[in-house]
Amino acid sequence: MQIHISPTDGVPIYVQIVHQIKYLVASGRLTAGEELPPIRTLAEQLLVNPNTIARAYRELEVAGVVTKRRTAGTYISDAGSPLAQTEKWRILTERVDLLLAEARQMNVSTGEVIDLIRQREADMDEAVPKLHQGGERT
Amino acid sequence: MSVDDLHPAQTAMDQTVIDIDGVTRRFGKTVALDDVSLTLPRGVVLGLVGENGAGKTTMIKHILGLLKPHGGTVRVFGCDPAADPVGVLGRIGYLSEEDGLPSWMRVNELQRYARAFYPGWDPHYAERLRQDFGLQPTAQLKSLSKGQRARAGLMVALAYRPDLLLLDEPSSGLDPIVRRDILGAIIRTIADEGRTVLFSSHLLGEVEQVADRVAMIRKGKIVFCDNLDAIKDNHIGITLRFPEPRSAPPLLDHACAWTGAGREWSAVYAGGAVRMEAEAAVLGATVVERHWPSLDEIFVARSNAVSAAIGEG
Repeated sequence: MQIHISPTDGVPIYVQIVHQIKYLVASGRLTAGEELPPIRTLAEQLLVNPNTIARAYRELEVAGVVTKRRTAGTYISDAGSPLAQTEKWRILTERVDLLLAEARQMNVSTGEVIDLIRQREADMDEAVPKLHQGGERT
Repeated sequence: MSVDDLHPAQTAMDQTVIDIDGVTRRFGKTVALDDVSLTLPRGVVLGLVGENGAGKTTMIKHILGLLKPHGGTVRVFGCDPAADPVGVLGRIGYLSEEDGLPSWMRVNELQRYARAFYPGWDPHYAERLRQDFGLQPTAQLKSLSKGQRARAGLMVALAYRPDLLLLDEPSSGLDPIVRRDILGAIIRTIADEGRTVLFSSHLLGEVEQVADRVAMIRKGKIVFCDNLDAIKDNHIGITLRFPEPRSAPPLLDHACAWTGAGREWSAVYAGGAVRMEAEAAVLGATVVERHWPSLDEIFVARSNAVSAAIGEG
């Protein structure tokens, strides 16, 4: 499990961990039943306070992303897939909102944005990655 | 083995390790600590932040009993460290920016020397730390790089498993790899044994990584001391948009470090989200952007706020 935290970013570190684990679940890189590293191991790996990891795991448990088992391990919930769906849509909605806001600022209509998306998809399928003038953002 | 097995009487998590109450200390006419109060319960990692000369080291020297307060009291493990240095110092692992290691010694001599000094010295743990840190047993301390000397100091500070780890600017001037070792040591200390750590640092990213609680000190006074989670919840980076352009920043309680012009003004708000929204509404402003400020941003904003208050006063 690869998690990268940025302590100078401002977003509380436990929130960064929660987001990234949700993202890994949504993108299928963590699957139902997979065990998360023990708190202490992840604390030493990321060099963050173990209480921070514990808080992140607690938040994930409340959100139903992980379950604690009696053997003290923390596992990705079996009920992960409906959540993964919600999370997928949440991530995409954020991106789309950003895209629409920028398009509006540049006086580009939603119809033109949709055309552009289709165009890009076609380009990708042809495996000719061509960048529209500065139109890409992450 | 955890500390709970060693000291069954000390398992209470609310046990106070450091209790500084109304401490004042002057050097000539300079007031280095001005009525400072601070308590640190067992098992907590406190990050002490402040500019150079703010009083961090002076405070740490009071905890070590190296300085006596001119007013107020200092208690460490319930004892006065200045009156009972033996009772206190044997339980504190201390590492400062300038290491006080005897430079003519070799690493293995340092281990033997420290072992004689501290009753709780754990030779196996010391040896493991030496290997982890890549210290050659026969290397002379004076021949070591600054980073390796810091590691040797860290080995001594950790190997008797002190109840309180006190680090005064441990990362100062060290490369990132040594800093990782120091942070790793802090994390293992608390994860392993539930021990207490106080460290001062100007690298606020590191403080954000490992501290449970943060105290900011400025000109000898505590500006704030709170749990990091509470600090992060209370401070909000905001941008307000006003219906009409303004020539001066708005007046808003708890907001500091205004920047902006015209209709949009940004600040760090230190009073929580609910109050911020209410106050913005009263001003007729819309909150158009908000973000989590980093500890660095909070520190700068609060420092400037204090200077402004001092300037006015």
